[in-house]
Amino acid sequence: MSYELIAIGASWGGLHAMSALLDGLAPEVDPPLVLAQHRRVDSQRGALAELLQKHVERPVREPDDKEPIEPAHVYVAPADYHLLVENGFFSLSTDARVQFARPSIDVLFESVAAAYAERAIGIVLTGANEDGARGLAAIKAAGGATVVQDPASAERRFMPEAALALAGGADAILPVEEIPGFLYELCVGARR
Amino acid sequence: MALPVGRPEEESGLEQIEVDLLLEGIYRRYGFDFREYAPASLRRRLRRRMDGERVETLSALQSLVLHDPQVMERLLLDLSINVTAMFRDPTFFLAFRRQVVPLLRTYPFSRIWVAGCSTGEEVYSLAILLAEERLSERTRIYATDINEAVIDVARLGVFPLEKMQEYTHNYIRAGGTRAFSKYYVARYDGAQFARSLVDSVVFAQHNLASDAAFNEFNVITCRNVMIYFDRPLQDHVHRLFYESLATFGILALGQKESIGQSPHEGAFEELAAEERLYRKVR
Repeated sequence: MSYELIAIGASWGGLHAMSALLDGLAPEVDPPLVLAQHRRVDSQRGALAELLQKHVERPVREPDDKEPIEPAHVYVAPADYHLLVENGFFSLSTDARVQFARPSIDVLFESVAAAYAERAIGIVLTGANEDGARGLAAIKAAGGATVVQDPASAERRFMPEAALALAGGADAILPVEEIPGFLYELCVGARR
Repeated sequence: MALPVGRPEEESGLEQIEVDLLLEGIYRRYGFDFREYAPASLRRRLRRRMDGERVETLSALQSLVLHDPQVMERLLLDLSINVTAMFRDPTFFLAFRRQVVPLLRTYPFSRIWVAGCSTGEEVYSLAILLAEERLSERTRIYATDINEAVIDVARLGVFPLEKMQEYTHNYIRAGGTRAFSKYYVARYDGAQFARSLVDSVVFAQHNLASDAAFNEFNVITCRNVMIYFDRPLQDHVHRLFYESLATFGILALGQKESIGQSPHEGAFEELAAEERLYRKVR
C-alpha cells in the first residue's frame, strides 16, 4: 500500500505553516502535494506559488484545468477557483463558495477522498474557520491517512480543532515542523 | 444465497454505477447529455440536488428525476449554472480593451459569441466595454446557454445589489473610466442594468455538447464553462469553436484553461498568453 497524493488545507497563518512544512520535506517524499490555501479573491495570480517555491526544490505551480498530476510537484489551488482532483488530473470549478471559501478545503478533500481513497493523505493546518473538517472526515472514511497540526502550536487553533472534532481524531497530531518526518515515515519508510 | 457484492471500500464504485445510470436516464428521457462532464464537480452538484430533494441516494434522485420534470428542471439549474461575476478577472477585460478592441475596429461589423453565458454577467460586462469603446453599433453579441431559465435571467439584467461594490472594483481594475453606477438603477435589492446595453444582443438556447455551429464569429468567449467538461467533450467544443471562428478570429478562455492540449492548438497563436486570448491563424 503506498500513498499517491498528499492534500493540504490551510487558512489564517497558512503561508508560514506551509513554508515550514516544505522546508522540512525530504526529496524522497515524492507523492504530489496539493494545497488549498484561503486567500483574497484578487490575490495576485501565481504569487503564493512563487513564495512557496523559495522553500522547496520541486516545482510549485497553480495547475490549469485538466492538467496531469505529477509526482514530486507542489500544486496550489488558484485564487477564486475550487481545485478538485480526478484520478490522475485536476479539474477546476467556479461554483459557489463553500464555508465562505473558494478555493475550499472541503471541496478539494472530498474530491481526493473519492478519487484516491486509501492512497491519499489529508493534512489540516492552521486556520480560523471550519473548512477542511468535512473533507478530512471524508478522507478518513475512504481509508486515507489523516494529519492535523497540533492546535496548541497553530497560529489559529480553530480549524485544526474543528477537523479533529468532526473526523474523530487523526492518525497524527503534530507541530508543523514534525509533519515532514511523519510524511517520510508514511511514504518512504513503508517501501523498505 | 449471498450475492457477491463489493466491500464497503468499494462504495465509490457503487456511486459511479449510480451516476452512470442517472446520466444515461436523463439523456434518454430529456435529451440533455451530461455523460461527458468532469466527474468531481458533477458529483458535488448531484449531491447538492440530493440534499435539496431530501433523498439519500442517487438511485432515489434518479427515480424523482425520471418521473417528475420539475425535479429535472431544478437539477438542470444545478448542473448548468456557472457562477461568475461582472468583470471577473479584470486583467482579462483590460487585455480585451487593449488588444482585441483595436482588431474589432478594423472590421465594419463583427460578431461576438458568449458561449455558456449563464446568468449574463459577462454579456453585460462586454456590452459596457463595447459601448465605452463606441463599438456597440457595429458589433453584435450572441449569448447562448444550454439552459433557457438562466437565459431568461440574463435577459432581465438584474443582478444582486450587494454585488455592486465588488463589480465596481472589478470594473475600475478592468480599465473602466466612467461611474459604474451610471449603468444600473437600484430596485429593491436588485441592480437593473440599462436595457440599451443589450438591445442588440441575441439570446438563444444552444447546447455545446450536441448543437452545431450556427454562425461565423470574430470573437468567441467561453470562460470557465469547459472546466466542467471532461477532455473528450472539451475537444469536441474546441472543434466547434474552430469551425465557428473566422480566420484571425479571437478565442477567449478562462484564466486556468488552455488551448494547449486541444486538437486545434496548432491553428492558434497566443494574443495575450497570460489572459488566455488566442487568435486563429489558419
